Amino acid sequence: MALRMDKPWQPLDADTVAKLPGQLGIYQIADASGQVLYIGYAGGRSLFGLRGKLRDEVKQRRQGATQFRVEVNMQYLTRHVELLMVHRADHGALPRDNEVEGTPRLGRLSVA
Amino acid sequence: MDLNITDEQRLLVETMRRFVREEILPLEEKLDPDAFELEPADYERLVEKTKSMGFFGLDIPEEFGGPGVDIVTRALLAMEMSQHRAGLYTPCYEVFGAVGLAQLYEANEDQKERFLYPTLRGEKRTFFGLTEPSGGSDPARAIRTRAVKDGNEWVINGSKIFISGADRADYGLVFARTDPSKGRGGVTCFIVERDMPGFHVRRVVHTLRSSDYGTELQFEDLRVPEANVLGEVNGGFAIANDRLMRQRIPYAAYCLGPAIKSQEMSIEYSKIRETFGAPLATRQSIQNMIIDNEIDIRTSRWLVLAAADKAHRGESYRLDVAMAKLLASEAASRVVDRAMQIHGGYGVTKDLPLERWYREMRIRRIGEGPSEVQRLVIARDLIGGSFH
Repeated sequence: MALRMDKPWQPLDADTVAKLPGQLGIYQIADASGQVLYIGYAGGRSLFGLRGKLRDEVKQRRQGATQFRVEVNMQYLTRHVELLMVHRADHGALPRDNEVEGTPRLGRLSVA
Repeated sequence: MDLNITDEQRLLVETMRRFVREEILPLEEKLDPDAFELEPADYERLVEKTKSMGFFGLDIPEEFGGPGVDIVTRALLAMEMSQHRAGLYTPCYEVFGAVGLAQLYEANEDQKERFLYPTLRGEKRTFFGLTEPSGGSDPARAIRTRAVKDGNEWVINGSKIFISGADRADYGLVFARTDPSKGRGGVTCFIVERDMPGFHVRRVVHTLRSSDYGTELQFEDLRVPEANVLGEVNGGFAIANDRLMRQRIPYAAYCLGPAIKSQEMSIEYSKIRETFGAPLATRQSIQNMIIDNEIDIRTSRWLVLAAADKAHRGESYRLDVAMAKLLASEAASRVVDRAMQIHGGYGVTKDLPLERWYREMRIRRIGEGPSEVQRLVIARDLIGGSFH
């Protein structure tokens, strides 16, 4: 598994989201330039897993959000923390909407 | 050995049982099934509560402000406080205080001021850096991280793996080889601070235990002052070994919480679930699983308390704790496995805690010395000789 999420971006619309699996995992929401706005996860209490979470994202439509990508992953909590730490190491800050939402207590990675 | 618990122990156990039932389980119903932390406000509230109960810092010795819980009572409490979904690895979400670095009680006064006391006050977080990619079961020989003296400093190069909490810690203990010509006698323990140049947390190591993770550390010309050597130069193995042996008593006891809860759930479910017109509890194959569970739980509990009792009385307990850790981790795994079987499809869902215990319990047979090493320790005590 790559340290950074490397799945292809997909358009954030109802038709695309309807084809997603109901499995658990991680997702990223980005603007048209690929700047990540939010990193979330579909956990064990989510209805319909990633599909349900992304369906909520389509309805909610974060400001500037146009695309998403997902990673099916049963270690969704630790992977979520890892992606947040990597993003902060790469960009010096958390994604815009994670900053607003508040995050779990994060550590510090020295990523190459 | 008298394993009748005292009135005081019974009161403490009942208090802990009530705390888990009234404070932890309701919060857990709202958390992610793999959660390992409470919401900060809940955590703070419960820490205040445990402090007011005089229970905070269960593992802190009385002379350092802890409640002075003896090791037998500590084992009994461990069996209670782990009886919830996250209980195996984060019993009561650490509102009774996190496990500290017991080695620091032996530190010099300067080190206590800089590291121990802030940790006891909850101001600093720690990690324990022993295991390396070259092996964890035989740390005395497997340690390849090198420390070389340069003036008043030591220069450390190497790596560690499966280190919990290093990414969030302020400092930790790092074991490095200071004399390559000596095996156990060539390892030194250093107090390494997170902000020292050359200290890197390279990656998160994902495991079956999705609720928490290990990290991989790298040291690149990490310079540590002489004042941060814990204990004697080349005396690090004794420090590590002492901790590993003591740790095995609560480690084994914690295995029993989920096992006891699994058994309770199995008995209850077998009475209400019907197949072919009769409750599961009437089926002999189910009864046998419940019987085997009870035997596994009671024998493990006996060995854990026997080891704790010996430790409490100041007798040698190396053999006893090796047997307790071996049996408790393996027996509890079997209990959870049978409980899943009794619960059928529901047993493997995230609706119930069994699937989390099943995954996490697998790690208990490896962590803090795998079953095979415990057997080696037992054989050495019974037969004599040393490891080769």
